[in-house]
Amino acid sequence: MKTPKFAYVCAESVAQVLNLLSEHGDNARILAGGQSLMPTLNMRLSQPDLLIDINRLDVLKGISVEDGMVRIGALVRHAEVMRSPIVAEHLPLIAEAMPHVAHMAVRNRGTFGGSIALADPAAELPACGLALGATMVVESTRGRRKISAAEFFKGMFDTDRNPDELLIEIRIPCREPNNFSAFMELSRRQGDFAIAGVACQIGIDGDAISAAKLVYFASESRPTFAANASAAIIGKPWSAKSKSAALAALADDLDPIPSPQGSAKFKLHLQRVLTGRALDRVMERAMEPAGAA
Amino acid sequence: MNEETQIITLTVNGEQVSRLVAVRQHLVDFLRTELGLTGSHLGCEHGICGACSVRVDGDVLRGCLILAVQADGAEVETVEGLTESGEISDLQDNFVERGALQCGFCTPGMLITAAELLLQGTPKTRDEIREFLSGNFCRCTGYHAIIDAVETTLNQRLENSP
Repeated sequence: MKTPKFAYVCAESVAQVLNLLSEHGDNARILAGGQSLMPTLNMRLSQPDLLIDINRLDVLKGISVEDGMVRIGALVRHAEVMRSPIVAEHLPLIAEAMPHVAHMAVRNRGTFGGSIALADPAAELPACGLALGATMVVESTRGRRKISAAEFFKGMFDTDRNPDELLIEIRIPCREPNNFSAFMELSRRQGDFAIAGVACQIGIDGDAISAAKLVYFASESRPTFAANASAAIIGKPWSAKSKSAALAALADDLDPIPSPQGSAKFKLHLQRVLTGRALDRVMERAMEPAGAA
Repeated sequence: MNEETQIITLTVNGEQVSRLVAVRQHLVDFLRTELGLTGSHLGCEHGICGACSVRVDGDVLRGCLILAVQADGAEVETVEGLTESGEISDLQDNFVERGALQCGFCTPGMLITAAELLLQGTPKTRDEIREFLSGNFCRCTGYHAIIDAVETTLNQRLENSP
């Protein structure tokens, strides 16, 4: 189908966007890569009065490292994240997730910030953001504020960003030498919407696991930190016993949403299978001699 | 601001064009209805099927998910342009040779997407080719012949490159 009518502004500055958002609030939509917004317009699932195109705002582009954090501008395209040597070096979890983000033609246009701001429950990047302790920087005419990933992702397509706020950038702590990560996803076809998925980062201290962040997506309404499963492997060396404990604990952390792709029970099973594989992989990486990877 | 139309100037297949367009018109409708370039097809019109793939400023994009006004100032290439320039003539020959199409609806999108893979100029496994084309649907061939044609073209180019 064709989109409904809307007014269109190609923004020339962040200030102009913020003023328009302040004036129009929820009746306006930010048009970044448009890889999710345009389909909802074409299918008439959304009928905003105004589209604010931010694609020409160069200040929202670029990937850099500052004070131990990788700063990813909201308008950085997925393809650029995928090719970025900074991301490969400092954010290996995100580098591993990128090939699962849609297809080449969509990655060439879709943006990192768009995926974060949309908070699609099946999306990879919100889960990675939560696992890595990302901070979202948003701005309105009232000023700038920073929101932690734990507070940002509130529900299905629901975030802590207010309708008058623009996502400016995402800041993600660089990987520490004793941190190891793995990303796993299950979908019917490469690049299709995920049915189940896990992003995990583990901290190693001596021969014990000192920190663990297991974050799940696709089966839940929002990226979900599995506190019980994560706690089950912390403070001891990796073993088959702690793996079983984590898989058992997962039932207390997840509340999978049944869908045509599977029942809640089936999705919990899939997440457990992925968890086992992800933990095996992350421990393999932790045990590789330094530099071998 | 509430203008429902806007004048855009862009380069399409090497030729500069200027038109008054509705802001809600997407790029492929513009190419098809305003310029008569009907090689870019509209299948699902929500970014799933890949039949509308076009090249904008060097990158293959979903033509149904970008507005024509967003292409103001851009360089757009369609399957007609790639055909005229000869860039994909070897790929097209291999599609014909291998029977990599039946109804042909998906073919322009397949060609443009495969062209991006070929431009990378590096060896690819069949799995990598399959993954690269995973965003383009074909309902006739079962994909094997398409993968064959792309693989053959890639290998021929790699053999012939110095």
